Amino acid sequence: MSAPGAILPGRGGAGGALSDTFWRHPKLLLFLMLTPPLLWLGIIYLGSLFALLLQSFYSIDEFSGMVNREFTFKTYGELGNPANVDIIVRTVTMAALVTVASAIVAFPIAYYAARYARGRWKAVFYLGIMLPLWSSYLVKIYAWKLILAKEGIVSWAFEKLGMTWLMEAWLALPVVGGSSLSISSTGTFLVFVYVWLPFMILPMQASLERVPSSLIEASADLGAGPGRTFRHVILPLALPGVVAGSIFTFSLTLGDYIIPQIIGSSRLFIGQAVYAHQGTAGNIPLAAAFTVVPIVIMGVYLWMARRAGAFNAL
Amino acid sequence: MTHAVQFSKVSRHFGAVRAVDSVDLEIRPGEFFAMLGPSGSGKTTCLRLIAGFEQPTSGHIEIFGETAEGVPPYRRNVNTVFQDYALFPHLNVRDNVAYGLMIRGVNKAERAKRAEAALALVKMPGYGDRRPGQLSGGQRQRVALARALVNEPRVLLLDEPLGALDLKLREQMQEELKSLQRALGITFVFVTHDQGEALSMADRVAVFNEGRIIQIGAPEEIYRRPRTRFVADFVGSSNVLSPALTASLGGPPKWASLRPEDVRLDPAGLNEATVVATNYLGSVTRVTLDTFGGRLSALVASTAELPVPGTRLRFSFSTSDLHLIEDEA
Repeated sequence: MSAPGAILPGRGGAGGALSDTFWRHPKLLLFLMLTPPLLWLGIIYLGSLFALLLQSFYSIDEFSGMVNREFTFKTYGELGNPANVDIIVRTVTMAALVTVASAIVAFPIAYYAARYARGRWKAVFYLGIMLPLWSSYLVKIYAWKLILAKEGIVSWAFEKLGMTWLMEAWLALPVVGGSSLSISSTGTFLVFVYVWLPFMILPMQASLERVPSSLIEASADLGAGPGRTFRHVILPLALPGVVAGSIFTFSLTLGDYIIPQIIGSSRLFIGQAVYAHQGTAGNIPLAAAFTVVPIVIMGVYLWMARRAGAFNAL
Repeated sequence: MTHAVQFSKVSRHFGAVRAVDSVDLEIRPGEFFAMLGPSGSGKTTCLRLIAGFEQPTSGHIEIFGETAEGVPPYRRNVNTVFQDYALFPHLNVRDNVAYGLMIRGVNKAERAKRAEAALALVKMPGYGDRRPGQLSGGQRQRVALARALVNEPRVLLLDEPLGALDLKLREQMQEELKSLQRALGITFVFVTHDQGEALSMADRVAVFNEGRIIQIGAPEEIYRRPRTRFVADFVGSSNVLSPALTASLGGPPKWASLRPEDVRLDPAGLNEATVVATNYLGSVTRVTLDTFGGRLSALVASTAELPVPGTRLRFSFSTSDLHLIEDEA
């Protein structure tokens, strides 16, 4: 016979009792861990979202400029003004173009990082992707303002290559043009793609990393060349990552008001409209109604992605 | 005669590692050929060279008389059953099996028909609508087999296909693979590190070590007449006798192999030994003996009265069963 406690030694003290309690009641630990963040999310985030939603059903008294706290769809009706529809269409088109361009630019980088980069090169990849995120957003945008300015490096490069005519022809085009790249929609687009690119690359890379190389070999083994392997195996399996990345680029572009203000034509984006209405104009209900637009668009987008089977491989 | 697969002085080096080192190999059409060896011996690289996933560093490969180097895997009429099965998780079983047909542009109705026929061939009829994630390991294996066979390849490559299955399923699959191969007449090239599997299934076996083929021959030949100590050691649990021990037991002073089932516990035997241990293996028991300072194992029927470790006894074998190893490497 061994001495009592030699095989099942007890652990004294409050710490021991506590860890034993948690071991016996795992749900208690889960509850204690989840309560603070859930309260935070529930009250601060969902609460303010709800308040916002509520505001959008109020209206503004045009005469006094006071908010009329009566339930009405009048403000949403105002969203249908040609000027406001113009803002929404412009923003959504820009967000869609930025998303598609980011996906096209990001894919080869993510693919290389997931399939070929090893060891040190992988570290270089992460550093290269993350580094731009560490510097100030405003600094990057003002840097781009200089790069795209009339006297900037892009114009200079086009001039040296003898292709100034090409840039001028592009800038002479209606919607995308302007007097220089830094005050054209093309400039806004370029900077959006640059700023949001990491948010597309990282989820794409994560999803490509989970595609075993034997699946790609199996596809080749069954007769599929690289193009068809991409279409039938790699893309469907990477789709959740592409969708995740596009949610970032799409919603970030929908909501941004700084980039179009610094770089671009003076035509408004949703973010700028919200900023103007809740600030100088004091039209909080219309600002709130504008904010609901991206939320609805993202909801519809996710629903369509789900319908298209983007999450089947999850 | 054209060979199904022919390697002439084929090497595949990865930096300083000679994964495959100047290998000559001929696989006959319609043959069940096994590549046997420990991990890292180059057998899987050889398989990948046939599939086209690897290109030789030097040497020449022919598949049914056609030059294979420089030809990508998607232009080879060769299909592979992967070790991890490599089923496409986003496709159901039918679309997995029909993948090769879809790539070749076979119409949908025909695809479904042939996929179902292939599934029936591997005893998985009616599973077309399932997802690979809903299948057991053995079922996935069958689907992987159907996916390769539906393309009617000239050569079917199998990379340790039974490695992940439990014993009973393995034995069943071994038999089924063998009868499938006989019925279809396709050349099967099978990679395994399990000598029992190689010996029981293959028409011929190539034993690999360190990137080279050490011996090629029929299973019986490999088992009975190993050419080197490595083969004797690796293939089966044969006794490998040092020159001194061989001489003590009445043979010439050379390395030799002696199969455990040829050693008889025999009170009238010429040699004396101490019993070290007994291992019950079911129908037979392995008795480990210590004789002239060397170890020797004997297989005896478990029905017989078993010796107790520590006791001394006599044993015998016929000198014709003592196989001298030519190559001492």
